[in-house]
This record gives sequence, C-alpha cells and structure tokens, in this order.
Amino acid sequence: MGDFLDFILTAGFWAATLRMATPLIFGTIGELVCERSGVLNLGIEGIMTAGSMAGWMWVYQGGDLWGGVLFAAFVGALFGLLHSLFTVYLGLSQHVTGLGITMLASSLSYFVFRMMLPNVTTPPKIVPFESYAVPVLSELPVVGEALFVQSPLTWLALVLVFVVGYVLFRTPLGLAIRMVGENPMAAEAQGLNVHLVRSGAVIFGSALMAVGGTFLTLSAFDAFYIGMTNGRGWICIALVVFASWRPGKALFGALLFAVFDALQMRVQQQASSAIPYQFYLMAPYVLSIVALIIMSRRAAYPKALLVPFRRGER
Amino acid sequence: MRLEPREHVSLLTLVAGPVLAVVAAMAICSLLIVWSGSSVLEAYALLFKGALGSRFAISETLTRTTVLIFTGLAAAVAFRAKLWNIGGEGQLYMGACAATMLGTGLLEWSAYLLIPTLFLAGALAGGLLLIVPTLLKTHLKVDEVVTTLLLNFIILLVVNYLVFGPWKDPMAMGWPQAAPIIDQGLLPPLLAKTRLHAGLLVALAFAIGTWVLMRFTVWGYEIRAVGANPKAAGFAGVPVNRTIIRTALISGGLAGMAGVCELIGLKGYLTLDLSPGFGYTGIVVAMLAGLNPLGVIFSSFFVAVVFNGADSMSRALSVSNYIAEVITAVSLLAVLVSMLLTRYRIKWK
Repeated sequence: MGDFLDFILTAGFWAATLRMATPLIFGTIGELVCERSGVLNLGIEGIMTAGSMAGWMWVYQGGDLWGGVLFAAFVGALFGLLHSLFTVYLGLSQHVTGLGITMLASSLSYFVFRMMLPNVTTPPKIVPFESYAVPVLSELPVVGEALFVQSPLTWLALVLVFVVGYVLFRTPLGLAIRMVGENPMAAEAQGLNVHLVRSGAVIFGSALMAVGGTFLTLSAFDAFYIGMTNGRGWICIALVVFASWRPGKALFGALLFAVFDALQMRVQQQASSAIPYQFYLMAPYVLSIVALIIMSRRAAYPKALLVPFRRGER
Repeated sequence: MRLEPREHVSLLTLVAGPVLAVVAAMAICSLLIVWSGSSVLEAYALLFKGALGSRFAISETLTRTTVLIFTGLAAAVAFRAKLWNIGGEGQLYMGACAATMLGTGLLEWSAYLLIPTLFLAGALAGGLLLIVPTLLKTHLKVDEVVTTLLLNFIILLVVNYLVFGPWKDPMAMGWPQAAPIIDQGLLPPLLAKTRLHAGLLVALAFAIGTWVLMRFTVWGYEIRAVGANPKAAGFAGVPVNRTIIRTALISGGLAGMAGVCELIGLKGYLTLDLSPGFGYTGIVVAMLAGLNPLGVIFSSFFVAVVFNGADSMSRALSVSNYIAEVITAVSLLAVLVSMLLTRYRIKWK
C-alpha cells in the first residue's frame, strides 16, 4: 500500500493523467456545446477518428503540426455541418444521423488512409508535438513536472474549458446557445435564428471533437491505427451527462476518469497475473456506465435536446 | 424553407424511396472511385459480378445476408419502440458465447434437439444482455444509447479473455479460438460445395415471424404504440415499461441468434473475428428497410452484395474495400433524407 501511495504522488502519474484526459476534455466540451444547443451528436466517435486521421495525414504529407490541428478541426467542422444540415435544418433523427456520421467519418478515414498509403504494413510515423515546459513553474518539485511540462494541445484543452465556460454562461452568445437548447420557441420569439445558432454550435463542437481525436496522432502517439479511437467518443458522451452539461465539471470528470485509467494501467503492470489484463481494459467502459447510473437520476437534460425545431410548428 | 406533411403516401413511393437512396449513395461514392483512379462503371460492374456473378458468389452473398437479417431485425424491432439498441454487436457475441458453452460437448443431444437449444440459449443470452441497459433506462432513466454502445466494448473484451484464457482450444495450434461445436450442433449446408447453410431458412422464418408479430399481434401493436408516443400509449392502457422490456428481450434475442447462426452455421468455433461489425451494420439494414421486418430481407441482401462485391472489387482494382462501409454509411444518411421526402414535401418560400 505504501508503494501505491508513493506512486500516486509521483510526477509521472499526474503527467500521464493529464495526457490521457486531453482527448476526453476536447471531446466532452465539444459534445457539451452541441447538446447545450439541443443537438445530440452521436457522430463524435467517427469525428474523432476523422480528426486523428486528417491531422496525422497533414503532418505526414509535410505540413506542420499546428496546421494539422487546424486541418483536423476543419474536417471535424465539415462533418458538423453535415450533421446540422440533417438534424437542424431537416429535423431528422439525431440518433440515426449521428450513428450515420460516425460510420461515414470512420469508414472514410480508413478508406482515405488505405488509398493514400496502399502498401504499408507497419503504420508510418511522424514527429509529434514536444512537451512544452513552462519556464520557472516547471521546475517546482513534483507538481512542476506533472502540471507544467505538457503537450501544447493539453494546454489548449485546459484553456478551452475556461473559455467555453465563460462564453456559455457570461455572454449573450452563450445565452443564445443555452436558450435554443432549452426553449427554441421562446428563443425565436426573442428574434434569435434557432437554426443558425444550433448549427453553429454543432459545427464548433464537432471541430473540437476532431481536435481531441488529432491529439491521439499528433501528441499521444505518432501514428494512425485502424480503430484507435476505441470508444473514446462514447465515453465523452457519458462524461457530458456526468458533468451535468457544465464545462468545469466536464474537466473534473475527464480528469477523474483519466486518474482511474492511469491507475488501472499501473496496477495492471504491478499486480500478479491473478486478474487477466482484459478486465483492466474494461475499466474505462465500466466506469462510464457507473458514472451514467450515478448521475442519470437527477440529470437535467437540456429541455429541447433531441427535439427538432420547425418554424411555425408546435 | 418549410416542410409540409403529405396526405397520401403510396406503397410505390415507400419502396422507391430506399431504392433511390441507395442509387444516390452509390453515385456519391463513385467520386471516391474516380479519386482512386479507377473507372466507375468497371468498379461497380466488378462489384456486382463479385457478389452475384457465379453460383459460388451468390452463395457467399446469401451467407452474409443470413447474419444481417438477424441483426437487422434486432435493430428494426428495437427502433420501432424507440429503444435505441446499438448493442447488437455485443449481443451477437453473447449469443455465440452461450452456444459455445452448451454446444462444445456439454450437451451431447441429437441435432433436432441440440440446434434449437443452442438458438434458444443464444437468444436468451442476447436478450438478457440488453435487459440490463433497458432496466437502467426504464427505472433509473439512464440513456440506453451510450450504455449499449459501451457494453459492446466490454463484451468483446470478455470474449477476448475467454478465447485467450479458459476457453482456448488446446488443439487449435495456439490460435485464440474456443473448442469447435460438436457435429450434431452444426447447421446442415444448403448448397453443396458452398458455405451457405440452413441458417438462411431460419433467418427468413424469423423475418416473417417478426413481421407477423409486429403487424398482427397485441405485442406488436403495443411496441409500435410505445414507439410512436409513449405518453399516449400509457394513457391508452399500454404497459409502457413492460413493453419496452419485452422489446428488449426480442431485439437482444434476435441479435443473439445472429451470433449462434454465424457460429454453428459458418465458423464452427468462437473467435474474435466472428463478426466484423454485423451488429452495427444491422442498424443500416433496419433503416434501409424502413424498420419493416420483411424489408429487412431485401436490405440485408443489398448490404451483403455491397460488402462481398467490394471485397472482390478491391482485389481487382486499387480501391480499398473500406468503400463498402462508406457506401453503407452514405446509404444510411441518404435513406433518412428519402424517408423525409416521402412523408413531407419541401416548400421553398
């Protein structure tokens, strides 16, 4: 047990936690923005995959890393646009559209990957983001290395939480987004263009999901693999419920989640093989379900989530 | 732009809708073929030839149709009640696990007894797996989309553990696979020298049975009522929660039988690649069929054509076989639009 405590106090553990939390933070905040405007985006799993492929391919073709991030965001935004055309303007089922977008985005990513690199057996690598050490602060004992030597994308994720939180709850734009998610009729009576606000939220949210995906290929790993998103998108959707649609709590949820994930990896390395490794790998999914069960009873869904808005229709 | 409901929707439009959607999807995907530098016509000709060009090709396509009928029915029944069961993949593997448990020597019964038992066990396993998220939905208001999706990952890891661990067949030269199903548990072949098996007949029977159930029975009526408007159904005296749970048992059961069918009809032993996503593809099948169980027969055949055809096309041309998944995904989105256009007309103003 003493070993265990020692380990939790190591810088490496917390650094790993932040690293694992980063894609979840992007994905959860992206999904949160969509849902706040009243649109469930089940495209997240595929959009993250598309983002991870697009960003990686950009860099592999000679582009620079930040260009890759922007390109991933652009690809994510395109899928968001498609999603909003279907669910916002045509009012089609958000469930089925989202699943369709996930299928389309992931299969298209794999297709493009295979077509552009037809004869590779081992996935080629790129040079990913280097950790950025914040001057002075990074030299603090323990905390320094954990919190202040991180990928720039991790920094971006943390900043994003505060920006999105501020915009959602302190600006007219945020009010508009929340209003179309709660009561689109009233929003329209106020002169808001419900369709425009919703599609803007979906496009922006989808871009964030794609950036979360590209963190995997441009920072966490250095290559793109088939199936590498591995359910992270679905976990983000659970985290949004867990966070009661609040960015601050979403950050907390993603970190908590990553702590458990980092822990299970560590325990898996140390423990004898009494428990098969597959059960450790289940931990993230089981945790997500548990989180959903705990929070769902008093979950305050945005009132108009899943409800398409058609002008002049009640 | 406004949408105006149509007053009459003829049967012809209902059938033409999905067909046009599929044609549109293939037209859109031809852009990808152009991009890859192949001729579109040649590619699609190879695709259809690969799926339907010979006795063997047709038998392979029908073999894939079989499992897709089951997963398609599973999604169609659940979606009709607005129970978003995205866990077909996990339920399929649960069904296969149950059949492996009983069919690899535990029960040494004759085929007439053993095969129905395996199907029943698989259905029960799949149904029970879906009961968990369904009870969470009805009693604790936990959204079933995410829980069923996440259960897929969990079940796959369970199967991974089983075939690498306690169930690993020592006779399999180190391959991660469970012991083979005993001979009495295997479905008989339907066509000599092909892999087509009697599971197709079982699948067709279940498609017709599901259609009858949904169309002519009280249960079916209740499922449709709950899907259309749970509140109104409740006021009209339909036991809403009980209906949702019943739907879950049927839907999960059908997906579980997909696993049994694939196991005892085709593969013969449980492996991790028993299903390359048949559970997810079932959703596309169901939507293309407009959630109609009889339509599922046709839509699963179409999807099977695309997948088998794409495999053989990709061997001949430099087009990755992921094109099949792209085509089905685009078809799913296209059929959503076509369903909208058959029920509404767009007014520009």
